[in-house]
Amino acid sequence: MEFNEPAGQNLFDNARLVGKPAARIDGPLKVSGLAPYAYERHDVVEGQLYGYPVGATISHGRILSMDVEAARAAPGVRAVVTTLDIAPLALGMLNVARLFGGDEVQHYHQAIAVVVADSFEQARAAAGLITAEYATGDAADFDLHAAFERLQGSGDPDTLVGDVDTAFRSAAAVVDQMYHTASISHAAMEPHASIVDWSDGERMRVWTSNQMINWTRGSIATTFGIDPELVQLESPYVGGGFGGKLWLRADAVLAAIGSRAAGAPVKLALPRPFVMNNTTHRAATVQRVRLAAASDGRLTGIWHEAASHSLPGGRGENATAQTPYFYATDTMRVKHHIVAMPLPEASDMRAPGEASGHMGLEVAMDELAEALEMDPVQLRIVNDTQVNPSEPSQPFSERNYVACLETGAEAFGWSDRSATPGQRREGQWLIGMGMAGAYRGTPVRPSGARAILENGRLIIETDMTDIGTGSYTVLAQTAAEVMGLTLDEVEMRLGNSLYPVSSGSGGQFGAASSTAGVYAACMALRGEIGERLGYDAPEFSDGLVVSGDSSQALADLQGRFEAVDEMTIGNFQDNYLLATFGAHFAEVAVHIATGETRVRRMVSTIDAGRILNPTTARSQLIGGMTMSIGGVLSEEMALDTGRGYFVNHDLAGYEVAVHADILDQEVIFLDTADAVATPLKAKGVGELGVCGVGAAVANAVYNATGVRVRDFPLTLDRLLGGLPELA
Amino acid sequence: MPPPIEFELRRRTLLAGTAAVAAASVARLAHAQEQAGSAASAQQQSDIALTVNGTEHRITVDNRTTLLDVLREDLHLTGTKKGCDHGQCGACTCSVNGERINSCLSLAVLHDGDDVTTIEGRGAPGQLDPMQAAFVSHDAFQCGYCTPGQIQSAHAVIGEIRAGIPSHVTSDLTAVIELTEAEIRERMSGNICRCGAYSNILAAITEVAEDQA
Ligand code: FES
Ligand code: FES
Repeated sequence: MEFNEPAGQNLFDNARLVGKPAARIDGPLKVSGLAPYAYERHDVVEGQLYGYPVGATISHGRILSMDVEAARAAPGVRAVVTTLDIAPLALGMLNVARLFGGDEVQHYHQAIAVVVADSFEQARAAAGLITAEYATGDAADFDLHAAFERLQGSGDPDTLVGDVDTAFRSAAAVVDQMYHTASISHAAMEPHASIVDWSDGERMRVWTSNQMINWTRGSIATTFGIDPELVQLESPYVGGGFGGKLWLRADAVLAAIGSRAAGAPVKLALPRPFVMNNTTHRAATVQRVRLAAASDGRLTGIWHEAASHSLPGGRGENATAQTPYFYATDTMRVKHHIVAMPLPEASDMRAPGEASGHMGLEVAMDELAEALEMDPVQLRIVNDTQVNPSEPSQPFSERNYVACLETGAEAFGWSDRSATPGQRREGQWLIGMGMAGAYRGTPVRPSGARAILENGRLIIETDMTDIGTGSYTVLAQTAAEVMGLTLDEVEMRLGNSLYPVSSGSGGQFGAASSTAGVYAACMALRGEIGERLGYDAPEFSDGLVVSGDSSQALADLQGRFEAVDEMTIGNFQDNYLLATFGAHFAEVAVHIATGETRVRRMVSTIDAGRILNPTTARSQLIGGMTMSIGGVLSEEMALDTGRGYFVNHDLAGYEVAVHADILDQEVIFLDTADAVATPLKAKGVGELGVCGVGAAVANAVYNATGVRVRDFPLTLDRLLGGLPELA
Repeated sequence: MPPPIEFELRRRTLLAGTAAVAAASVARLAHAQEQAGSAASAQQQSDIALTVNGTEHRITVDNRTTLLDVLREDLHLTGTKKGCDHGQCGACTCSVNGERINSCLSLAVLHDGDDVTTIEGRGAPGQLDPMQAAFVSHDAFQCGYCTPGQIQSAHAVIGEIRAGIPSHVTSDLTAVIELTEAEIRERMSGNICRCGAYSNILAAITEVAEDQA
């Protein structure tokens, strides 16, 4: 089915199930421990052995030699393969660091060997016996700030509108500040893990934890130089991804090599301390944000220049991602610089670019409001736009940012905020309020599915994944809606490369794209059923298929009806800019003596088209708010600039938000529907919740204390010097 | 069998390497058999009895094996999760003799004769226990990986408060401890949820605690 014009009135406008709250259909399996994650598939193949990785202990250089004799002789060991044993493997899709093979070390904890043994303990013990001799590469420069200083002003701007210099010279108010964001780890609770059976060196079966089945299947084929048809990949449950499981990683590669070498299936999970330096992360950014405004608050110039680290060939973290699109302005200059550094691979994490970029832009907007003596909400309202500011002929498909701001301000009680910082105190606590806007693009990707009606039961098969986002449930809601069935009459089968290729889960495109794909498949199934029954223009409701005076219960239909279809997206969408919007409001308390910050309450107002399931969508939002509170207050991959690796590579040293950090959270969805986005008029929500939340908290901390911190995370040491004297 | 897929090999073919390893491994196994029953081998393994979810298991474990890995790898009870293997995340929380522990931090040999309850012992689909059901109705999880540990801790937290065991946020050590949101949050803070379902988890626990009151 092709989606080639904005959706008209359709069945989703008067839906029974779509857009209504529903409990997760995979919930009972998850709460009883029966949902099988990658490392747990004892059921799929006999004789699984255990793999354990060995990682490089230098940031870059060459391996001169490795001693594996002790490991080979260790009890239970079935195979040892080192990176020196094979030539460099080809790079999979959007991988820039080599996952295995050859003597070159590109980053710390790059995999250099895999040990396969009868038990986990034996594999781990033997891995510890392997030693490597290195020739360390030339000393590297890890100073991102200095690199930015060198690079700023260089290169062609990514976006250029008008003459910013003139705008800045004649502005009534100007902000010009530097912001720094730290490297951040996805730190999903389930470490990357795979079971691979490549025993015979031909057909490869992979049970893994991955967001993008088809991409990763292709990457495996590329990496090993084999026909993708020989690779079958399954990932029905994913214990958190956040972008960290978009790509092929070392767990699957090492398990495959181990399996090949041992002639048996091998299971391998990355040990937790490997996750931060062996896999990908959100790279640190250095940002200079310059804003110019007229006295009424209208932006006359936006100048956003940023730098981020990456291995050569990578994309870094583009902190300017939102800037060309968010606010109306007369002039604009935007540039993202990538600085090559031999660090672990920088890659996508939840709202790549925007999550870090909002820390610069939305704190700068707060600073501009103060310079103008204007309310920060009002400043954003006067700079709203209904067209792409960097391409004014392109309208937004739908944009209700002002409604987000107004609704949120009202619900939060924004009018109680004192514009002067440091005015409210409760005992030892300084209280402040802050807000920020949120912008995230919402791409839609083609997505396919198979719909089967077999002896009255509806089965949906698609390689779409559920990474906690609620795919099982929203896809079942969609299928049941279209077929006139109830939710429990649908069986969902996800995350298997045997099923039709879907959008996959990433870039907040998953739910909107894959529900459209399931809609297409179910409409095709309706056609198939009607044709075989000889029904003209059949209608499907209450479990019946009806045409004129004839009707039959779907439950009574004998035999198997099957249809495969894909929703493709027509070019008409290019005429519009598709995006989601939000406004986040936070109240914080900062301890006057210690600088401890508590986020006492938050309200987020969200404009993301039709909300397919308010229950699971709300969880996406509060999850994003929680991740952002950790991100702004405590998360930082601490870089050892001497040795070139992230030091705090476990969950004790890398501090994510815990229960005690999360107090009151409220989410308000605007009741909108974007007919340009998909036939269901839905957009993404998963990444919007990490755009702007951190900035709202930082702005609230400033309002509480009068201390403006521009280096994140906003740890106690960055506040202490500026706090008022203890009274 | 020659490998049908050719790696470009630098030092030796993977196949040759594999054959050599296989030969070595046979030799090592033979060696291990000679040693069987000797004191050295006996010291590396232990026979233990574990009661898990009401069923008694007699198993021989590698002395290095954690309780978590015995559950997951030997008994195939994979509901108890491994998030860190270092006592830093709470995903492996289960109940031993009525108290919650991080099963990754405890060697199986220390649990001879112990009574373990895992998430599978709490309830299954169709017969969920009240906490499991409340987690579903409050959408108290997303990916679900931390969830068994959260539910195990949730049960324990209510019990610990009722038993009068104080926490960091208990202000009056002599008074009866109130089952407040602050107490629950504090005591749940060893269970990380990267998906960020904390407020829904709190709502689920509060509902169960109130129903039990
Ligand atoms: S796996 Fe035991 S605390 Fe993380
Ligand atoms: S539900 Fe994913 S970590 Fe808690």
